[in-house]
Amino acid sequence: MTSLTPTTTSTPDEGDRQLVLGAEPVARTQWQLFRRRFFRHKLAMFGLFILVVLVVCCFGARWIAPYKNVPDLLADPAGPSGKHLLGVDLVGKDFLTANLYAGQISLKIGIFVSIISTIVGTATGAVAGYLGKASDQLLMRLTDLFLLLPPLAVLAIALQKFGQSEFAIVLVLAGLGWMGIARIVRGLVLSLKEKEFVEAARAIGCSRTRIVMRHIVPNLVGPIMVNASLAVAGAIIAESTLSFLGFGISPPKSSWGKLLADGKETIATKAYLIYFPGLFIIITTLAVNFLGDGLRDAFDPQAKH
Amino acid sequence: MSSREVVLSVRDLCIEFKTDDGVVRAADGITYDVYANETLGIVGESGSGKSVMSMAILGLLPRSAKITGSVKYRGTELLGLKEDELRTYRGNKIAMVFQDALAALNPTHKVGDQIAEAIRVHHPEVSRQQLHDRTIELLEVVGIPEPKRRVDQYPHEFSGGMRQRAMIAMSIVNEPDVLIADEPTTALDVTIQAQVLEVFERIQDRTNSSVMLITHDLGVVAGVSDRVMVMYAGRQVELGTVDDVFYRPSHPYTQGLLASLPRVDGSKAGERLHRIKGQPPSLIFLPPGCAFTPRCPHARVGVCDSGRPELHEVGAGHASACFLADEIATSVGVG
Repeated sequence: MTSLTPTTTSTPDEGDRQLVLGAEPVARTQWQLFRRRFFRHKLAMFGLFILVVLVVCCFGARWIAPYKNVPDLLADPAGPSGKHLLGVDLVGKDFLTANLYAGQISLKIGIFVSIISTIVGTATGAVAGYLGKASDQLLMRLTDLFLLLPPLAVLAIALQKFGQSEFAIVLVLAGLGWMGIARIVRGLVLSLKEKEFVEAARAIGCSRTRIVMRHIVPNLVGPIMVNASLAVAGAIIAESTLSFLGFGISPPKSSWGKLLADGKETIATKAYLIYFPGLFIIITTLAVNFLGDGLRDAFDPQAKH
Repeated sequence: MSSREVVLSVRDLCIEFKTDDGVVRAADGITYDVYANETLGIVGESGSGKSVMSMAILGLLPRSAKITGSVKYRGTELLGLKEDELRTYRGNKIAMVFQDALAALNPTHKVGDQIAEAIRVHHPEVSRQQLHDRTIELLEVVGIPEPKRRVDQYPHEFSGGMRQRAMIAMSIVNEPDVLIADEPTTALDVTIQAQVLEVFERIQDRTNSSVMLITHDLGVVAGVSDRVMVMYAGRQVELGTVDDVFYRPSHPYTQGLLASLPRVDGSKAGERLHRIKGQPPSLIFLPPGCAFTPRCPHARVGVCDSGRPELHEVGAGHASACFLADEIATSVGVG
């Protein structure tokens, strides 16, 4: 029976075949397809480049920074110059150095908040969506409750209580940042489990666990990754806001938001103390958003490449 | 016919859904057998209960569906089986081909992997290499060119006809006894449709499986089926061999369907196409008696609207659910 496979030139499949043969496409794995689309995404590459530079510079500040990250009481605050590219701050530190060190904290907070809130949110949303019924109700009302909390007030109180360490800030920000992804994942799971391919998977005899792990989760990777990347930007901004209001990281450690806060007193005379940390925040969040856009496009299995 | 081996036996299958407007009885008292190595065509318009019935057999309906009656596979009752027990039948003994292959294939996995999964689920001991070889062989069986390359492609890289064939390949991996094909050719153009139907015939020769072909296309049924079941408003109206149903239709609905087919032999040239008057009834508010009464040209007051007509024999292996079957049987015919 296998000999009936179209091999002669008269089969209706011939057109199909020739077209394919002419183009000589190579079979690619999902991962290869993803990489290909991602690396061709100019904006995402730009964002990735900026981020890599930022991460390398900030975390390599010990070797890269032009000066030591210590106050110099003899140096006067001054605007940008050839010697101090971003100027000198109020306590006599080279401002570029200060920004690089501050970036360590800001980036760390952004990344860890994103990871934790994504894990918590995904787990919550997936369980709620797939199990449905009472678990769904319970988990989603819990999510609603967290969304109702006024974030700044809760953050301020929580940080007062737990101390203003990086660890506490990450936990608190993640604790208030997982609801978005939980709702997204729940919605996706709800729609995915009604998809015909899930029904088809049931029809070939797949177990529940197998359906979730093999048929639902892979379809979630894209949206989750996109959301996680955007969460980095969100966390950096949230941390800046907190620091700006005086609830953020405590000295001697510093973050971009903290630098902003320190600079606000002298905004009339030394505006550069505000501009540069602000610029770092803006550049980072933009780069992260570009990256997120690229991920979204690259993860879409139906996207044209 | 009755001497042949019965593979699937459906008795008095009723499926009800509760809706805000009332109870919808999507299938009502369906009774039939599927014999070994036969193709049973199931015909009916949208909403006549064909698909729901096939989903019920595999236990794929949502829990809100109320299912009564009996579905036996080689003597084993399938209704009421636990999910885990049912899984051993699904895709193994009874497999399903879905209408929309693009929707029924997972976009994130390679076609080959999805076909292999159907084997793996039931035979976890099979090695990767064996799975791979078997998958390629299956793609070849269903007529997909260059199976070695195609096996590593994703559903969106397949054309519509090839996807449907891949879907069929996925359903036949375990050489099931019963293959339920739910409108497998509806989304395809006529050329591809013919190819896909040919694949079914080829598979049947190979694996001796029975096929339940659900469709609303009488042409498809006439071409490949051995027997035909006609459904209307969730009920069976006629059951018989293709010849019986097409040449000696014994139910006015079947007669209407056949009469409404366009003819290419010119015997009715210049005439308007015949149509069945009216609309199919709402499944919530079925007319009393025979559900077809309001649209039936032969309907008789006092007969057709009193009590439900049961499916009864009008010839050997030919049954109709019309009170007047004997009178009207000879009055119309095709061919």
